[in-house]
Amino acid sequence: MVAVYIIIGVVVVLLIIFFAIYNGLVRRRNQVKNSWAQIDVQLKRRYDLIPNLVETVKGYMKHERETLEAVTKARNLAQQVSSAGAGERAKAEGELSSALSRLLAVVERYPDLKANQNFLALQEELTSTENKISFSRQYYNDSVLSYNNQTQMFPSNIVASMTGFKASEFFEVTLAAEREAPKVSFTQ
Amino acid sequence: MWEQIRSNQIRSVVLTIAMGALLILIGYFLGLAFDNAIVGLVIALIVWVILSLVGYFQGDSLLLTMSRTKKIKRDDHPRLYNVVEEMKIASGLEKMPDIYIIDDPALNAFATGRDPNRASVAITSGLLQKLNRDELQGVIAHEISHIKNRDVLLMAMCSILLGTIVILAWYGSRFLIFGSMTGSRRSSSSGGGGGAQLIILVVALVFMILAPIVAQLIYFAISRKREYLADASAALYTRYPEGLASALEKLGTSTGQLKSANKATAPMYIINPFRKKGMKASDLSSTHPPISERIRILRAMAGASFNDYDQAYRQAHRGEGVIPAASIAAETVPITTIKLEGEAGELNEIQRARETSDVMWRLSNYNTITCDCGAKLRVPPNFKEPQIKCPHCGRTHQV
Repeated sequence: MVAVYIIIGVVVVLLIIFFAIYNGLVRRRNQVKNSWAQIDVQLKRRYDLIPNLVETVKGYMKHERETLEAVTKARNLAQQVSSAGAGERAKAEGELSSALSRLLAVVERYPDLKANQNFLALQEELTSTENKISFSRQYYNDSVLSYNNQTQMFPSNIVASMTGFKASEFFEVTLAAEREAPKVSFTQ
Repeated sequence: MWEQIRSNQIRSVVLTIAMGALLILIGYFLGLAFDNAIVGLVIALIVWVILSLVGYFQGDSLLLTMSRTKKIKRDDHPRLYNVVEEMKIASGLEKMPDIYIIDDPALNAFATGRDPNRASVAITSGLLQKLNRDELQGVIAHEISHIKNRDVLLMAMCSILLGTIVILAWYGSRFLIFGSMTGSRRSSSSGGGGGAQLIILVVALVFMILAPIVAQLIYFAISRKREYLADASAALYTRYPEGLASALEKLGTSTGQLKSANKATAPMYIINPFRKKGMKASDLSSTHPPISERIRILRAMAGASFNDYDQAYRQAHRGEGVIPAASIAAETVPITTIKLEGEAGELNEIQRARETSDVMWRLSNYNTITCDCGAKLRVPPNFKEPQIKCPHCGRTHQV
């Protein structure tokens, strides 16, 4: 009789542990999904800001046609692949980031532009959107790390493989240009 | 991150029990003044419960009103709003906190709200003018960390407990002195037993004097620890400890005291609002760690993780750590070296001062008209004329 009680007790304890681990996995997976949605919001915001920016600076920057075209092209490409997976998307967005930073770097040569209120407001929005993208990427990667650890470490990996939790993909900047510090060139 | 919040919650429970025990003892000794310990106990508990309920439900709005703050919207100050939103994203906070500006030239900031879904950050207009974008980000990250780590409610509840103990001890010691005089008269008329009663009264009196001091020391110790933790989290969120370090440096050189702060609200601020010039605030009776030490720790960080902060802290404190062991992860977190906003979108100090004063005028319902000659006209809310003349160049504008 005592043995039966002990067995029932052990089973109940195991079940409680199982569900606690399961709930932890669900919470972390939702956090990953949420933080991915957050990156998405910021990337879409950048697509919306760029045409405005190009429109505003076009009149001032007669000699920077190539830089402007590169930004527009990178934006359109990034928008096209926006439904693809994290890896491919990160590449296109990295391209766009570096095109944008090139544009913002040449702004220094146009003092008129820096006095334009409209441009200053746009620049603040763009700077902030760039920050928000990198912060949401940072938070997404933190969430993925914590979730992946749970799916791979003992004992939660048993629960994960039984209930079909799979590791997530990191959002990594694959582009070499974004990792390197910008080089300053004095020849035009 | 979760581990840190949990250890924070455990600590709140332990602390509340310790301070609650102090309160009960106070109530007991207070009861001696009435010859009935139970009455004293009940009075102590009732005062505490009422104050806690008020603090829980109205604490944040009381604090914001007392500090004479004004709430801002996105359009009032896009940069501040954006920086708060950036830190909200970096910390994974679910809801955007409300943003308030305190119209005061002193340099300070605080966070309040009973849970992360009902939180606010406030910053003085003086600080907003002084800081560049990176520094502002560091300060806001520190405040958001207080919200994220559940420090705000913990500190509010502790300060209420402390307040209750101080109030009761103050009244209690006076009751005791008065009560002992009448008591001794009574005992002398009945004769005998006066000696034992006198000893109890002396013990009670000593306790009444010591209890508030002990409670305050517990409170300050906890408060200092929360500041270090918030600094560590701010470095992790921004991946840029130098931002907060350089902001603290600016905060440290100012000596202007915040008019709207008081002793009860002091631990809520990023730096002690009452510090004096040259004060080395490393003693036990300080709510905040010395600024120079906070800066030194931030600058000594090799990376941006909790582990790096802990290492830097250990160097400054001869081996003693500050971060709960459970929240130190092994992975390395590099510090951001290239700051995009540092070069392109940065305003100078004059532009920031103008921007801030524009916000302050707008918040007091003044209308701003920019004239073609470059002058800015501030139209007061009670101005009734349909047109206004620029005093600088004479052009007329529609109001």
